[in-house]
Amino acid sequence: MFSAGSFHPLHLRPRSWNSRLMSTNPTNGGEALVRALECEGVEVMFGLPGGAILPVYDPIIDSSIRHVLVRHEQGAGHMAEGYAHATGKPGVCMVTSGPAATNVVTPLADAMLDSVPMVCITGQVPLAAIGTDAFQECDTTGITMAVTKHNFLVTDPQDIPRIIHEAFHIATTGRPGPVLVDIPKDIVDPVNPRSAMTWYEPDSVPMELPGYHPQTDGDPALIQEAAELIAHAERPVLYVGGGILKARAAEPLLELAELLAIPVVTTLMARGAFPDSHELCLGMPGMHGNYTAVTAMQRADLLVSLGARFDDRVTGRLDGFAPDAKIIHVDIDPAELGKVRQYNVGIQGDCKVVIEGLVDITKKLGPGAQADRSAWRSTVSGWQEKFPLTYEQSLPGDKLKPQFVMEQLRDGNPDDTILCSGVGQHQMHASQFWRFDHPYTWINSGGLGTMGFSIPAAIGAKAGMPDRRVWAVDGDGNFQMTAQELVTATVEDIPIKVALFNNSYLGMVRQWQEMFYDERFSEVHLSDHVPDYVKWAESMGAVGIRVESPEEVAPAIAKANEINDRSVVIEFVTDARENVFPMVPAGATNSDVVVDPSQQHLLDGTGGDS
Amino acid sequence: MNVSPASPRWHTLVATVENKPGVLARVAGLFSRRGFNIHSLAVAPTNDERFSRITFTVDIEGTPLDQVVKQLDKLINVVDITELNPAHSVERELMLITVETGESRKELMEIVDDYRAYVLSDGDDSMMMSWSARPARLDELEERLRPFGIVELQRTGRVALPSLDD
Repeated sequence: MFSAGSFHPLHLRPRSWNSRLMSTNPTNGGEALVRALECEGVEVMFGLPGGAILPVYDPIIDSSIRHVLVRHEQGAGHMAEGYAHATGKPGVCMVTSGPAATNVVTPLADAMLDSVPMVCITGQVPLAAIGTDAFQECDTTGITMAVTKHNFLVTDPQDIPRIIHEAFHIATTGRPGPVLVDIPKDIVDPVNPRSAMTWYEPDSVPMELPGYHPQTDGDPALIQEAAELIAHAERPVLYVGGGILKARAAEPLLELAELLAIPVVTTLMARGAFPDSHELCLGMPGMHGNYTAVTAMQRADLLVSLGARFDDRVTGRLDGFAPDAKIIHVDIDPAELGKVRQYNVGIQGDCKVVIEGLVDITKKLGPGAQADRSAWRSTVSGWQEKFPLTYEQSLPGDKLKPQFVMEQLRDGNPDDTILCSGVGQHQMHASQFWRFDHPYTWINSGGLGTMGFSIPAAIGAKAGMPDRRVWAVDGDGNFQMTAQELVTATVEDIPIKVALFNNSYLGMVRQWQEMFYDERFSEVHLSDHVPDYVKWAESMGAVGIRVESPEEVAPAIAKANEINDRSVVIEFVTDARENVFPMVPAGATNSDVVVDPSQQHLLDGTGGDS
Repeated sequence: MNVSPASPRWHTLVATVENKPGVLARVAGLFSRRGFNIHSLAVAPTNDERFSRITFTVDIEGTPLDQVVKQLDKLINVVDITELNPAHSVERELMLITVETGESRKELMEIVDDYRAYVLSDGDDSMMMSWSARPARLDELEERLRPFGIVELQRTGRVALPSLDD
């Protein structure tokens, strides 16, 4: 490229000029950190450099790890989450101290509530400056204590490989979660003698975690008891949560459900863990679940909870939830057992291991051991026929119905498409109207409900699964929180597709104000005029398309799917008056589920029972 | 006034934790963020310097108690946690108490002898004593001394170990 003897621009300098060759072992904390990440199998990380983490960004240049430069640290955290959700591997992000560390607090809390394996590296001011209110100093481990599974403040560079190994071990085993490693600048900075260390492979030394022994094997006696309880149940429901996906237990779940012919509800975190198109699948339960899923749980005589945690959005008012149901609760986290609802059989264990145990015992018991459930199945299918998800089609001149757009989006994409969502009405409509037939195709912020999640999460998912089609569904309120990461998508060549549901409102809040605050709309109208989403998308290097009429919807989706060299944003101008139904009003029991206005007359005094 | 440690409302938890910076903050923070109150707390290293022992008294039972124990056990730095059965454990607490002597020095010394307390420091018009006993007995002594005028008082919070009688 350039003749011998010519001057070398800095970025073209020969590798021999660089003291840190990959072939030599690290000699300081910064190199050791990057090498330790490589040893843990990290292929992609998301981050943004700054003062305290600067020394670690130098060895990044020579690393095999792909670093994705984000535009805001919150984006780095959500990208790491999206990557983890899609691939099953831990997501990694790295940011500097102070404001960068506080900017990842939201993704950490999000990952904590949704049990997402994630390792976050933060820079910290030098050890001697800690506690002096130094520039860009904050108490990162103190601040993040409540939103991480564990965190570390490293004080000796010699500990770095071991602590990184411990961080990945904690993040990925037991109930997964985020782990933060806070690293003072002086122990990673090669110009500081304090950074000197002697390299060792991270897994070559024993971990120092005397208090961490996650248990995965369920107690065989309890599994036997559970199988027998199931056998005697006449109205059982398998209540399936995100733990199934974390345990990679979708296959044994399918086997168990088919073996027993028991209907399955999949929570918001478990969409795709059991195929929606399967005849036993009742879809999503909870506040915006469909009538059959909600009511089947309500009328069940046994709930078999597999990796679910009786979240308030599922149970509604607790004292009226599934009043006749006995409970089998399986969770890898013992603290979930009995936390919300007392169980009859509580099994601490990995869902996959326990379900395989249940399958074995059920086979041994034989089909003759199972109670007759034909009446239950016909009751459930009666509800399905009577109360399908529905909405009224738009009239000419109306704005688009969001449910219609979601159906078109579903029908215009293959079923292995990865769908990421923000938080609000569009999220509920996506969960309701998409058809999830494969695990790990649905990525959303369930527990924390983090607006702005979808775009960075979609970028993270696409970075981890570059051969898969990744769509982000987003609301206009959400989009304005994290849309700048589309710049990251463009620059880093990680093209995603965004279906932006623009109803000019904070729609879910609007719905609550309409239903529960006498239509007194307070601070929910964003703007009918600004921003111009098409121009905004184009300014970020994406293709922008605005769609306002029903006949334009499918062609726009098809056009977006033909564009693979850059991101695409389709702005669907939707009807703000459209609400999410069914709905269990806050404070009500699930027996008081409100269905679509067009079906409300079908509910009799007994809640529509057949 | 007297609170019996054997009353079912009070539960004593003993945790073995890693002796590292920040561990007490993790434990205390967990109590506050999950909405539980610590009634009494004592913490010090054990005979193995890698570990400390924390003794808590909490005024919860049933599901919340079960939750506290399980959530504490989930903390990576908590090695072990057990609830002590009051019927099969020994509890002690230390109290330092400074009392006005006034005209009552002789009477006070009788109480000191009676309770087998120690006089640690003797001033012109006040006296500091120490006494270690079951927490309920400390309450008793405190009440006996209150009429003399308590100047200052510090209790350590209870420590406990399983008894050897079973």
